[in-house]
Amino acid sequence: MRERIDCDVAIVGGGIVGGSAALFLRQSGLSVTLLERDWCGAKASGVNFGGVRRQGRPLEQLPLSQRAHAIWGRLPELLGTDAEYIRSGHLKLARSEADLDSLIAYRERSQGFGLDLEIIAGEAFRRRWPALGDSAVGGSLCPQDGHANPRLVSPAFARAAAALGAVVREQTPVDRVEKDGDRFVLLSGEALEVRARVLLNTAGAWSLRVAEAFGEPVPLESLHPNMAVTEPLPRFLDVNIGVEGGGVYGRQVPRGNMVVGGGRGFALDADRARPERNAVLGLMRDAAELFPQLRHAHVIRCWTGVEGYTPDRNPVIGPSRTTPNLFHAFGFSGAGFQIGPAVGQTLAELVRDGGTAMPLEPFRIDRFTPTP
Amino acid sequence: MNAPVPPVIVPRLAPLPPVIVGAGPAGIRAAERLVAAGLRPVVIDEAARWGGQIYRQPPEGGPFTRPKSALYGLEAGKADAVHRAMAAIRDHVDYRPRTLAWNCEAGALDLLSDGAVETLPFSHLILATGATDRVLPFPGWTLPGVFTLGGSQVALKFQGCAVGRRVAFLGTGPLLLLVAYQYLKAGVEVAGIFDTTPFLTQARAGVGMLRDPVTFAKGMLYLGWLRARGVPIHYNVRPVRAEGTERVAALVWRDAKGRETRTECDAVAVGLGLRSETQLADLAGCRFRFDAADRAWLPERDAAGRSSVPGVYLAGDGSGIAGADAAELAGERAALALLEDLARDHGGRPVDAARVAELDRRLTGIAAFRRALNAAFPFPADWADAIADDTMICRCEGVTAGTLRAVGRSGQAREINRAKALTRVGMGRCQGRMCGATATELLARALGTGPDGVGRLRAQPPIKPLPIATTIPSPAPGEGVKCDRSPPRERATPQAGRSHDA
Repeated sequence: MRERIDCDVAIVGGGIVGGSAALFLRQSGLSVTLLERDWCGAKASGVNFGGVRRQGRPLEQLPLSQRAHAIWGRLPELLGTDAEYIRSGHLKLARSEADLDSLIAYRERSQGFGLDLEIIAGEAFRRRWPALGDSAVGGSLCPQDGHANPRLVSPAFARAAAALGAVVREQTPVDRVEKDGDRFVLLSGEALEVRARVLLNTAGAWSLRVAEAFGEPVPLESLHPNMAVTEPLPRFLDVNIGVEGGGVYGRQVPRGNMVVGGGRGFALDADRARPERNAVLGLMRDAAELFPQLRHAHVIRCWTGVEGYTPDRNPVIGPSRTTPNLFHAFGFSGAGFQIGPAVGQTLAELVRDGGTAMPLEPFRIDRFTPTP
Repeated sequence: MNAPVPPVIVPRLAPLPPVIVGAGPAGIRAAERLVAAGLRPVVIDEAARWGGQIYRQPPEGGPFTRPKSALYGLEAGKADAVHRAMAAIRDHVDYRPRTLAWNCEAGALDLLSDGAVETLPFSHLILATGATDRVLPFPGWTLPGVFTLGGSQVALKFQGCAVGRRVAFLGTGPLLLLVAYQYLKAGVEVAGIFDTTPFLTQARAGVGMLRDPVTFAKGMLYLGWLRARGVPIHYNVRPVRAEGTERVAALVWRDAKGRETRTECDAVAVGLGLRSETQLADLAGCRFRFDAADRAWLPERDAAGRSSVPGVYLAGDGSGIAGADAAELAGERAALALLEDLARDHGGRPVDAARVAELDRRLTGIAAFRRALNAAFPFPADWADAIADDTMICRCEGVTAGTLRAVGRSGQAREINRAKALTRVGMGRCQGRMCGATATELLARALGTGPDGVGRLRAQPPIKPLPIATTIPSPAPGEGVKCDRSPPRERATPQAGRSHDA
C-alpha cells in the first residue's frame, strides 16, 4: 500500500540547504515534506572541512554569505545546539608578496560587505601568530569568520524542521519526479508518493536527476575534497586557516585535533568516495610545512565526500527557467557550508513571497547554456 | 552527472609476486604453500618476529629466555612447528617485519616501515590479518590493572611479566582457562575464574566439542589443573564493577542469584572472545555479511578463502574467529585457491587435489567444533545492558554509554556510522577497532534490534595512526622518502578556482 503525502512544499535532499529551507518554511507555516536518500546531513554538508568563512568568496556570493553570518549567530536559538561553532576568525595566508597584494586587492573589492578584513604582515604578523612560523609573509584576517562541526550542524537543521512539524523521511530516494497539472509528484519506490505545489531541488551532487527531469541540464561534476585529522595536540592555533591561491587549509578544534584539507579523493561509485593515497600523503606533507607543530603528530583518520562542482565554481540558486514553482540550489563547488542556511532561508522566501532581495542573477541555472 | 573516475587499475600481463598480510599461523602456512609452488611471496607483518599473536615470540636477544613449553603451554608443539615452517622458507620469501599495511586501494597496498611509506602493487593478496580482543566495558574498566585477556597473555608471552600479583579472570571462552593456567604456572596467584556462562551450558555443549577430542581434553585438563590448585571457579557471573583508586583493588561480581561478592585482586583479565581485523578487506572492496556467531560483519569468503574481489583471499581469524588450528589450514587452503586461480588465468601446474580435499574436510570439522564452542561459551548478550550510562565506552574520544544510547533512543542515529558522526564514538586513534563492538551492542539494544540491525563502521585509511613525519623529506642524505610523489614544493597543489574549505 503506497503512502500518499500532500503538502505545500516537497524538498529533495536533506543537507544543510534542504534542511534549513524546511526549517524556515515551517516557520512560515507552510507544510513541508523533506526526502533524503541517505541520512540528513550525511553527505557533503556533514563531512566537509567545517570552515564557516565569508572571506575569499566571490563578491556575488557575499550578500548571501552575510545573511548566513547572521543565521550562524543564532544557531542555539534555531537548532538548540551551538554545534561547536566558534567565531575564531579566518586567516588567509599569503606566502609571497604577490599573494599579499591579491589579499589587499580582495579587501578593497569587498569593502562595504561588512567583512572587516584586516591585513597583517611582516613583524606584526609574526608577533601575532608565532606558531605559524615562517610559512607566510602575512595574511588577511576576517575576525568574525570561524568554524563549526559539520557532522552536528547539518543534521540539526533537518531535525529542527521536523520538530516544527516538517515531515522528514530519511533512507528515501526519489525515483521519479513529474508534474501533474499544478502539482509535483514524487515517487519513492512503491512505498511513498508525495504531491506538492512547490518543489525544491537541494540534492547536492545528486541534483541533476531533478534538474534534467525538467529539461535543465547543468555541467555538474562530482569531486571529492580530501581531509585528514590528527590526534589531539596542545593548542597552538586559534584561527581557521586558508591559503591564498588554494591548497592546504586547517583548523584546530577545542579538543586539540587538527583538521586539515587539500587535494582530492577518488570515487568508488556515484555515491561513495575515498581518500586517495597520494593526496593523503601530499596533504600531510603540505600541512606539516604550514604547521610545524604537526611534524611529530599522527594522522588518525582521512575522509572525503561527494560534492557537486560547476564550471564557474558558483552554485545554482533560484527558480527553474522551465517549470513554475520549481527552485534549485546545488553545485556549491566545495563552499556551501557557510552560506547553506542563507540559501535555505532565501528559498523559503521565494516560495512564500514569490521573490527575494537577494541578488541571485549570477546563480541562474541557464547560465551554462551555450548561446547559439 | 559526469561518470565518476574509477581508481586506475593497470591491466597486467603477468601476475606479480603474491602478497600476504600477516605472519601468524594463517600467513605462514599460506607462504609455505606458495613457496612450495615455486613462488616468492611478499610477507608483511607488523610484529618484529613471526608467529602472530597466538604464537608471538619474545623479542630477539631479549634479557630473558623462556622455553616454548613455558610460553605456549600445551600449544608449544604447534607454535614450534609454525615458527620452524617460517624459518625454513625465510630465504624464499620477501619478508617485511615491522611493516604496517595502512591502506589498500584497488591493486595496491600502502605500507609504512621504518618511518617511510611505500606503495606495493599486487595482483594476488592473501589477508591473514588476525584478530584482537573483543572489548566490552563495565564500571571501573578504565582503572589501571584491568586488561584484556589477550593483552594479559601477550604480557606473559612477549615481555615475561604478569599484569598483577593476584589476577581475576573474567569473561567467557576457552582462552579464559588457558591464560589462567599459564598465569598460575608462571607463579601468579589466580584470584578466581569468573565465567559468564552457566555451567550447564558448557557441560551440554561439551558433547558437541567431542568432535575435537584433543582440544576438548586440553580444556578439561586446564580446568582440572586449576581446580586441583584451589582456584575458585564461578559460573554464570556478571561483573558489577572493578574497585580501586590508583589501580584495581577488587572485582565486585554478582552470581546467578543476584548476590554480590567482592574479590580482592590487583588485576582483572577480561576475555569476551575475539574480533576480526577486517579493515584491509573493507578497503580492498570485499563484500561483507553479518555473522551471527561472531556478532560482527565479516568479509565474505568461500570455503577456499576467496573473497568477493578477484585476487583477494582471506584466511584465519581476520575473516571470522576459528582459532589457530583452523588458521593454519585456512592459510594453506587460501594459498591453494590462489594457485588454482593462477593456473586458470596464467597457466601453470594444477594444484594437489588430494591435499585440497583433505584441507576442506578438516576445515569442515573445525567449523563444527567452533559451533560447539560458541554454544559452550555464548557471548553474554545482556552485558551491554549492565553498562552504566556514565561508563566511558570510547576512551579515545571520551564517549559514554549514555551519550550513545541517547542518540539511539532519540531516533537521531539508527545506524552505527550516524552514531559515530553524532557522538564521535570510533573517531579516535583506534578508529573503532576497540570500541566498535561495544558501540554496536549498545546502539542495537537502544534501538531494540540486534547487532546485525545497525550496520557496520566503514573503514577509513589509515587503519592505524600514520606519522606525519613519514611524509617529510629527511634532510639527512640516504634517508629519502620512498613514496613516489612530487608535487611542487613551493606551494601545495593548486585547486581549480579556490580552496574547498566549505
